[in-house]
Amino acid sequence: MASVDIRQVRKAFGTFEVIHGIDVDIGDEEFVVLVGPSGCGKSTLLRMIAGLEPISGGEISIGGRVVNMVPPKERDIAMVFQNYALYPHMTVFDNMAFSLKLRHAERSVIEQRVRQAADILDLTKYLDRYPRQLSGGQRQRVAMGRAIVRDPQVFLFDEPLSNLDAKLRVQMRTEIKALHQRLRTTSIYVTHDQIEAMTMADKIVVMHDGHVEQVGSPLELYDRPVNLFVAGFIGSPAMNFFEGRLRRDGDRVWVEGKGDLLFPAPPGVRGNEGQSVVYGIRPGHLRLASDAEQGLPAEVEVVEPTGDNTLVFCRVGDAIACAATTERFPLRPAERLRLVPQVESGHVFDAATGMRL
Amino acid sequence: MFVDTKSQRRASARAAPARRFRLGESRGAMGLLFMLPAAAVLLLFLAYPLGLGVWLGMTDTRVGRAGQYIGFENYEMLWTDSVFWTSVFNTLLYTVAASIAKFALGLWLALLLNRHLPFKAFLRAIVLLPWIVPTALSAIAFWWIYDSQFSIISWSLTRLGLIEHNINFLGDPTWARASVIIANVWRGIPFVAITLLAGLQTIPPSLYEAATIDGATPWQRFRYVTFPMLTPIIAVVMTFSVLFTFTDFQLIYVLTRGGPLNATHLMATLSFQRAIPGGNLGEGAAIAVTMIPFLLSAILFSYFGLQRRRWQHGGND
Ligand SMILES: Nc1ncnc2c1ncn2[C@@H]1O[C@H](COP(=O)(O)OP(=O)(O)OP(=O)(O)O)[C@@H](O)[C@H]1O
Ligand SMILES: [Mg+2]
Repeated sequence: MASVDIRQVRKAFGTFEVIHGIDVDIGDEEFVVLVGPSGCGKSTLLRMIAGLEPISGGEISIGGRVVNMVPPKERDIAMVFQNYALYPHMTVFDNMAFSLKLRHAERSVIEQRVRQAADILDLTKYLDRYPRQLSGGQRQRVAMGRAIVRDPQVFLFDEPLSNLDAKLRVQMRTEIKALHQRLRTTSIYVTHDQIEAMTMADKIVVMHDGHVEQVGSPLELYDRPVNLFVAGFIGSPAMNFFEGRLRRDGDRVWVEGKGDLLFPAPPGVRGNEGQSVVYGIRPGHLRLASDAEQGLPAEVEVVEPTGDNTLVFCRVGDAIACAATTERFPLRPAERLRLVPQVESGHVFDAATGMRL
Repeated sequence: MFVDTKSQRRASARAAPARRFRLGESRGAMGLLFMLPAAAVLLLFLAYPLGLGVWLGMTDTRVGRAGQYIGFENYEMLWTDSVFWTSVFNTLLYTVAASIAKFALGLWLALLLNRHLPFKAFLRAIVLLPWIVPTALSAIAFWWIYDSQFSIISWSLTRLGLIEHNINFLGDPTWARASVIIANVWRGIPFVAITLLAGLQTIPPSLYEAATIDGATPWQRFRYVTFPMLTPIIAVVMTFSVLFTFTDFQLIYVLTRGGPLNATHLMATLSFQRAIPGGNLGEGAAIAVTMIPFLLSAILFSYFGLQRRRWQHGGND
């Protein structure tokens, strides 16, 4: 097990730079998730850690050793691919045993290690099957088994669950997390699914266009996103945003939106009176007002009951806002109501830079 | 070819009970009906000539004179005919040597072409050239290359000071055998290379990446990933390659006509020579018929080679 240090790492394909100097520290035994929209360079960064792509600039070290020039097999890492990359002509056993065979491990050792991994992953029954004869989830487990057998310093996962159906994905998510808690191997996990990131990570690295936007624990990112991008990316359904100007009134801070809408900002927001800002509030922090209360006037557009929650999409001013409520109001489209934001859960960002105020 | 006619016979035997059902209600009968046109064409153009050939082989037909049934006399004659046995030996040597060389060189070329090369598409197109030139034409080119006086090979080697006299490529039995094999290999490589290249491209790159991380050297990646995954396509290509080589005619006929001293006579060229210029249709046909067991065994071999391996069964990707 080892820490992984990424220092000012850059990657260019030809003259086209796709990763522009990334710094991330990954501690020993940590489960770190790299998350970001498609094309932001997550896979590229992971492949540089694995040694499948040369590093154009900066340094990557694993366990304190700079590995820029170290070939993949000597980096002591294991990787799980999105399409599993199982060898189709080998049985499950041989797939898992392959790396050990290449290292000329003893037969008894191979047998024991593979059986142990199969046991952990509940694959013992399938050791004689070929990958084609397995379901998607079982293949996924074989791919993990192949990684486990090697007992590497670091696990690398590149969107390992994206080929599975929604239900299985949730199940495998839990299994991977449980596995990490058991093995405690440093893991770097790439996904574009922020729910996967939130649920699995000790630490999330949000990437965007080859830059790191924010690094932090899931709840840090959720509660205090440093900029508009992270605020919009983390959380589902996404945060509601309203443009406006900052108003100070003694201790209280407001954001004045178009059409005289007034959004209560949490105390302690920096910024000057009249500054152009974006006010953000998560759907769960917007409440439907009771009759006597003041609130933001809104008109219901769509109601989406999900069971636990009901999502109410409303027109507020010239924007659409989503409110999530656990109560079951009989709401109809075009109905008028008022929304009450939770004051301390509001976020204010500078409209020009997108940074949190 | 031979397998086709066999399966037809089997199909028509099965059809008899099926007719008792109303057409359209029985999938089998409908299937047979739809198969009939194709079966008729196959019968006419494949089974009939084949049957005629077998029949001719048991007659003493000469050009211009209908023959009589003489049983296996032609075959008895061939049994003691040393020229025939030379041609059998030549054919086997030609097929085995050329097929192995085509496979090895074709695989090597396919692996090279599968890399990231500049002008990739252009290079791949170039590789196909030997294959798209008509055989007769390329044979004539080789004829010049191997010419006893004007051979460019002899000329180059003389200039380099490696030899003193021109090599008599097509005049010396051993050289002649080697020469026709090389010409055949040159012509056959593109087919093998391009088909194997197509096979190589179906292997997902992530398998190589996984193997790299698992610690495989380039040779081990070839040995444990590329080669096993390529075996199905290798079986197909090599079956065709062996069949084409075994029945080769044009190249030999243009280059050597079977000479010198029958050293390059293949069964196909000998059969033609005895039948048409020699006028002995019955004997020529008999020689052709003796190729059948060899071809059948090649087909049987590939039949087992081509069977889907267990790892290819089931699943959908
Ligand atoms: N071999 C390559 N040559 C040129 N550009 C590449 C290459 N591989 C990736 N890129 C570019 O690098 C950028 C990052 O790609 P990368 O695969 O890392 O994205 P990603 O974050 O993994 O996206 P996804 O979620 O869709 O997998 C993209 O703009 C892509 O076009
Ligand atoms: Mg990716």
